[in-house]
Amino acid sequence: MDFSFTDEQNLLQESVARFIQNDYDFETRQKNCSESAGFNAGNWSTFAELGWLGVPFSEEDGGFGGSAVDTMILMEQFGKGLVVEPFLPSVIMAGGALKAGGNAEQKEKLLGGIIDGSVQGAFAYAEPQSRYNLADVTTSAVAEGDSFKLNGHKAVVLNAQNADIIIVSARTSGAQRDEAGISVFVVDANALGVSRRDYPTVDGLRASEVVLENVSVPGSDLLGTLDEGFAVVEQVIDEAILAIGAEAVGAMEVLYKNTVEYCKTREQFGQPIGKFQVLQHRMVDMFMEHEQSKSILFMAAIRLDEGYGPVAQKAVSALKVQLGKSARFVGQSAVQLHGGMGMTEELNIGHYFKRLTSILTLFGNADFHLKRFGRL
Amino acid sequence: MDLELNSQDLAFQQEVRAFIDSAWPAQARGRKTTPTGGYAGKRPAEEQHWFDALVARKWSVPDWPLEHGGTDWTPTQKYIWDRETAAAGCPAMSAFGVRMLAPVLYTWASDEIREQHLPSIRDGSVQWCQGYSEPGSGSDLASLQTKAVLDGDHYIVNGTKTWTSGAHIADWMFCLVRTDFNTQRRQQGISFILIDMKSPGVEVHPIYLLGEQHTVNSVSLVDVRVPVENLVGEQDKGWTYAKGLLTHERTGIAGVARSQIALRQLRDLAAATEQNGGVLAEDRSFVEKIDAVEVELMALEITELRTLATVEKGGAPGPESSILKLKGTEISQRIAELKVEALGYYSMPYPDELSLDNEGPIGPEESLPALQAMLWGRASTIFGGSTEIQKNIVAKAVLGL
Repeated sequence: MDFSFTDEQNLLQESVARFIQNDYDFETRQKNCSESAGFNAGNWSTFAELGWLGVPFSEEDGGFGGSAVDTMILMEQFGKGLVVEPFLPSVIMAGGALKAGGNAEQKEKLLGGIIDGSVQGAFAYAEPQSRYNLADVTTSAVAEGDSFKLNGHKAVVLNAQNADIIIVSARTSGAQRDEAGISVFVVDANALGVSRRDYPTVDGLRASEVVLENVSVPGSDLLGTLDEGFAVVEQVIDEAILAIGAEAVGAMEVLYKNTVEYCKTREQFGQPIGKFQVLQHRMVDMFMEHEQSKSILFMAAIRLDEGYGPVAQKAVSALKVQLGKSARFVGQSAVQLHGGMGMTEELNIGHYFKRLTSILTLFGNADFHLKRFGRL
Repeated sequence: MDLELNSQDLAFQQEVRAFIDSAWPAQARGRKTTPTGGYAGKRPAEEQHWFDALVARKWSVPDWPLEHGGTDWTPTQKYIWDRETAAAGCPAMSAFGVRMLAPVLYTWASDEIREQHLPSIRDGSVQWCQGYSEPGSGSDLASLQTKAVLDGDHYIVNGTKTWTSGAHIADWMFCLVRTDFNTQRRQQGISFILIDMKSPGVEVHPIYLLGEQHTVNSVSLVDVRVPVENLVGEQDKGWTYAKGLLTHERTGIAGVARSQIALRQLRDLAAATEQNGGVLAEDRSFVEKIDAVEVELMALEITELRTLATVEKGGAPGPESSILKLKGTEISQRIAELKVEALGYYSMPYPDELSLDNEGPIGPEESLPALQAMLWGRASTIFGGSTEIQKNIVAKAVLGL
């Protein structure tokens, strides 16, 4: 039983923390958000140079290790800085799909680009009607000779506007909500018939509605086995949940600590408001929710590293359930205790709250994961 | 990072399990044990057998230092012991002597006092109760008013102690008394003394609590003469000793193993309870309440292990340890509450012992114990530093407020 990090992991944590400290204050973050791509291209190069874009991948795949704990360490720091660079959609999700489903040739061709930063990816798994059910896929892929013809509408695809490749789940057989009969394709984002409506999201990121109209995809761009793509989608999403879970834990730490500091200095009724017991107890609750979330995050990372299967899936769903309670409470309480200032766009607190709110929804809310937890 | 026990600890776990198998017969498991555990002369035979085996194996007080008859187990081994004994439902030694008094004695008391009292605490032959709370001093313990005045080679003690668990069957009481009323800080001028319960002037009055048979009492002390050699450490320094006790952090305080058992019992109960032609375990909304508390419990288990891992490496428990009691009691209360909810109408009957003995249980056998456990369980967020006091402490000590 061991909750310590290896030397390499400590170095990774220090180097990401230093970057956030030196190069990612809140003002800079807001500037990065307002770039036309929704992030700072210079930062992306830095991430590539520092090897961070290779963190989730094994050395065999050209990465730097590939453990869930490594990813957790990096994402927790990103959460503290509210990093907007598309690490989650491009590296964790598109890269993760290549990792989980790709053959040697596909990895050779694309994963290297994800890791060196030259290729941007997106993962299009959700649809307007699907809510959180990963098997609810109406986008169709019909074989035509050596290629497939894709038609459908993919919803709220993170980073699609910057993507060179969009990895798409599509139905190749079976009924609308069958797990069997889903296949995963690497779609050239600039292919004929791909159209997007781009928009900002509430937490300062970029997403798109992606419509596929008779998009022709070569058979060689099928990722994994025909009709068996659900397993790939599920694993990518579970690993992505660990990543946003770590991000949420980082964000919650900033929120509870900033709130404590604020309450020590803000004076009302002739004393710092942190002297009021009703506020103290609320902050203790925030602290506890952060610690409990951190514990279950550790468990989920450890279980994922032991091997992907029902035990890991159950731990990941438990993490999402815990966040549903904790991240909501910490986010809302931080705004409440900052009073009117917490409501302003000017202060960082509300932006953390918005990110946490998105995280509550992303990849299935607490209700969805409580049911999944019960089934597993 | 990993959650595995190393081979040494796995071997230790096997050793503990083998011991439990021999000393605590399987048929006794799952039976309700005396909640305040281990009072001489009152135990069923299989409990006595267990305590005798503990003493014979020298495992009755594993948390004590080896030189005082404890063990040299590592924090992880102590954790394994707590987990395994809780999982098997083994009765625990009474905490008052073993966990609350003894650390004060082996840390601060004279050799004479140690020699007089530690062996009989270790073998469970002498029972202790704790004289801290008073009618006017609950959470605000330092306001205590029980007075001890030196008269030659005796203290004359006058006052009232309350919420005294086991006072009616205890041989001795360790007691906080005020020896100086003119101090700047109320925490000064308090002394830690040991009172023989047979002393003239000690009177015990029962207090009946929700869900329990008689365990707590008020104790009135009228002109009780206590020999000065029963003073622990120095006069007026008692608060320091009592407070030092609170830093003896125990991971077991979270009650994870006990809550895991209770959670399993709850699922069994839901599976056995009929509803709408099916069973309660098929009722999504009820099952989701169980699942939700299971997630909290999983998180708490890891929080406990994080604390343990820090202590194992020789560090002081981190800030996360402060939430063990807060969350642990919240979770056990929630499980107890859900058990009562599962019982439906049979959460209402409250037959007396005579009726139970003559006619057996009313409704499911577990209904009355579950109801009593829920009622009694409300105390867990009140005693040992109430939830509100704990939060005050975390606010100050961890958050610096």
